[in-house]
Amino acid sequence: MNSSVRRVAVLGGVRIPFARQNGPYANASNQDMLTATLDALVEKFSLERETLGEVVAGAVLKHSRDFNLTREAVLGTRLDPATPAYDVQQACGTGLEAAILIANKIALHQIDAGIAAGVDTTSDAPIAINEDLRRLLLDLNRSRSNAERLRVITKVRPQQIVPELPRNAEPRTGLSMGEHAAIMARDWGLTREEQDELALSSHRKLAAAYDAGFLDDLVIPFLGLERDQNLRPDTTMEKLAQLKPVFGGEDGTMTAGNSTPLSDGASAVLLASEDWATKRGPPVQAYLTDAQTAAVDHVHRREGLLMAPTYAVPKLLERNQLSLQDFDFYEIHEAFASQVLCTLKAWEDPVYCRERLELEEPLGPIDRDKLNVHGGSLAAGHPFGATGGRIIAGLAKALADDTHGSRRGLISICAAGGLGVTAILEKP
Amino acid sequence: MSDRYRQLANTPIGRMVTKQVGLPAPVELERYQPGQPVISGPVLLGAAPHSRLAAPATAVLAAIGAEAHTALDDEARGAAAEARLDAAVFNPQAAPEDERFKALVFDASGIGSSEALREAWAFLHPTIRRVRRSGRVIVLATTPEECGEFPAAIAQRALEGLVRSVAKEVGRGATAQLIYVAPGAEDAIDSTLRFFLSPKSAYVSGQVVRVGSPKALPEKIDWERPLAGKVALVTGAARGIGESISEVLARDGAHVVGVDLPARSAELEALTSRLGGSSLELDVTDHAAPEELAAHLLAAHNGVDVVVHNAGVTRDKTLGRMSEEQWSAVIDTNLTAPQHIDRELFARKAVRENGSVVCVSSIGGIAGNAGQTNYATSKAGVIGIIEAFSSTLAKLGVTLNAVAPGFVETGMTAAMPVARREAARRMNSLAQGGLPIDVAETIAWLANPASAGVTRNVVRVCGQSLIGA
Repeated sequence: MNSSVRRVAVLGGVRIPFARQNGPYANASNQDMLTATLDALVEKFSLERETLGEVVAGAVLKHSRDFNLTREAVLGTRLDPATPAYDVQQACGTGLEAAILIANKIALHQIDAGIAAGVDTTSDAPIAINEDLRRLLLDLNRSRSNAERLRVITKVRPQQIVPELPRNAEPRTGLSMGEHAAIMARDWGLTREEQDELALSSHRKLAAAYDAGFLDDLVIPFLGLERDQNLRPDTTMEKLAQLKPVFGGEDGTMTAGNSTPLSDGASAVLLASEDWATKRGPPVQAYLTDAQTAAVDHVHRREGLLMAPTYAVPKLLERNQLSLQDFDFYEIHEAFASQVLCTLKAWEDPVYCRERLELEEPLGPIDRDKLNVHGGSLAAGHPFGATGGRIIAGLAKALADDTHGSRRGLISICAAGGLGVTAILEKP
Repeated sequence: MSDRYRQLANTPIGRMVTKQVGLPAPVELERYQPGQPVISGPVLLGAAPHSRLAAPATAVLAAIGAEAHTALDDEARGAAAEARLDAAVFNPQAAPEDERFKALVFDASGIGSSEALREAWAFLHPTIRRVRRSGRVIVLATTPEECGEFPAAIAQRALEGLVRSVAKEVGRGATAQLIYVAPGAEDAIDSTLRFFLSPKSAYVSGQVVRVGSPKALPEKIDWERPLAGKVALVTGAARGIGESISEVLARDGAHVVGVDLPARSAELEALTSRLGGSSLELDVTDHAAPEELAAHLLAAHNGVDVVVHNAGVTRDKTLGRMSEEQWSAVIDTNLTAPQHIDRELFARKAVRENGSVVCVSSIGGIAGNAGQTNYATSKAGVIGIIEAFSSTLAKLGVTLNAVAPGFVETGMTAAMPVARREAARRMNSLAQGGLPIDVAETIAWLANPASAGVTRNVVRVCGQSLIGA
């Protein structure tokens, strides 16, 4: 057994354009989108009939029949059917966590190459039957005699026809993620203006990335969509300022413009050992060198729901003996503009860093010009499971393309349930 | 003493009428109950750049478990982190209107020029209307005489006008104070900041207090019983304000030695036995009284820690109609007796180190009052005692201060004619009279061993009376 740990190469990724809920992908299932995206990656890296070590993917909103979603998707691609697969789910951290799992197996010589992917549809969402009705049907199934069955059937009530829709709410607080983010925005004293500025910047940067051709080999057209449907290249502060608050009450600061919309889409990333990459030819874009998850107690209001990445990153920095300023790119998932701004303010705040993060000194400010340089979720949209792959592929390419000596990028993704997933990508 | 107008003004109809007609709207002031936290409600802390008092202030806020807030970019935020104060964030640009504070604390010590006074405006302008009922505005500053540079001294002195005006504007039972802290006395502000944050200072407003470097501060203090193990002498203890002083000092842990006239022995005895103290019947104007007092304190308690000169009389007459006897009775009791007693106590080293002497002056002594030439003379003279002896006593580690009550609801004020009483009651920023407890709490703060840096102060307990202001 080889006890050394290998470096893990990111060779590249693809995604389909992200669509808004009930947009062009309204009738596409998770499996449709994931299969198409995996196949696009197969084509990009000539993986036809290849047996890969593993494919790991996940979706946040999933039908119960999709228990083996990734395996079923793999069987629909041109990969060798002997390629193993499994599903993961860590809310919005799913895509990045999938990559971490693949990377760890590569590092430990358990596999040589694998695909990390993620997908989500908010349009083709699972609808469950009413919980009371479900229990009655199960009782019915367990009944042994006709009399017993009749007794169960008489308990059915008309209101039990109303189905269970998936809710974007935290089970333990009953608050939507947007309402949680509004609490954070209030806790950190965020203004509407600074949130709108971040949203505007996200749209401008994504539009510029498209115009510069940066996304040409990262985004593969799907069902007639060529660019992210949510992108508004011509939006302005004035237009954003006209939107009414949607979270945090009438004098709230969060709008549809500075929050991500419900979206549909998929992404996939190819990771491999350096040996595998050398043998197969594709250049190494970046190394996934380290990762860290964290969680916070948002239930008892000890911490904001989406603040977990602020806890994960200092651990990454300490383990790698880096400062927050030692990065050339910062990819902070824009679930809401408020999440990004709260995160940055928290890292600059001496009180937060001392009291919550138990650091002697604040992590300090970052150079905002290095933040989400090719746009973020506010512009692109955020199909939950697909965001991690979008970010890894974009950051790896940015590191590979850059000729200004940049070496390192930080990924920070917040997730439901008070979770955070973070990672470091480094240039060869 | 019931204040019916205040009760009426606080009914729903009364509130409407007072607002429409523009009558004074006195709120029921919050007063301290034992076991209460120092302050119940959020405290907003701010500091001008280059200020030096945010650190000790945050240490106090952390120690009292206050729910603190600061602006993210505020000078005070680093101090809060150092003090392990988990301060929340306040941004006036984004805060909803209903975000209100029980106290605003602003460290203005960094203001070095009149231009920089803008910092005080910038802190108070978006926050002054966010002060809750019975709230507090406290400005910390550098004693002007101890500022090295003239522009700084002038700017620090200018804060008096700001704070006195804020006290008049803030309303709804809230108060404002200015605390001047000498360079090097940063660690001595604890008891003073606690007092002014707490409901103990309910009827003190618009005051300027100076905190200097103490000879020594107690190493440890039990804030619930800061006078535990101490002996406190209270003259005129049997009734009114004296009774309240005795109760509060006993509550704070002191053994109270109550002194009053033999004619009041029953009341005095009842009080001191209830408080677990002891009593001494004597007339403070007696020639032998100082000697008798000193001997008793030394014999029974091996000395005394707190001396409160509260015994006082009035003999009101316009000067042309005032007899010599009326003149002398007041001067002898109010002004001569405290001097004789102090002389004897200090000559016999009866006052222990880290002790305190507090004299009860009066707003009349500051402003003068028709029909009270004798009383006003005596009470102005009491301020003279403070000015004459405080530096001498400081060398012994003993503080010397005066409190100057304004309109306090007592049997004496209840006997005033209705029109005069109402006018006197309302002519202050809180639009009501004070209670004996308000005077007593102020004295207890000055008597607290942790107030060792507070000397030569005359603190008015008058709701910021318009008289003598």
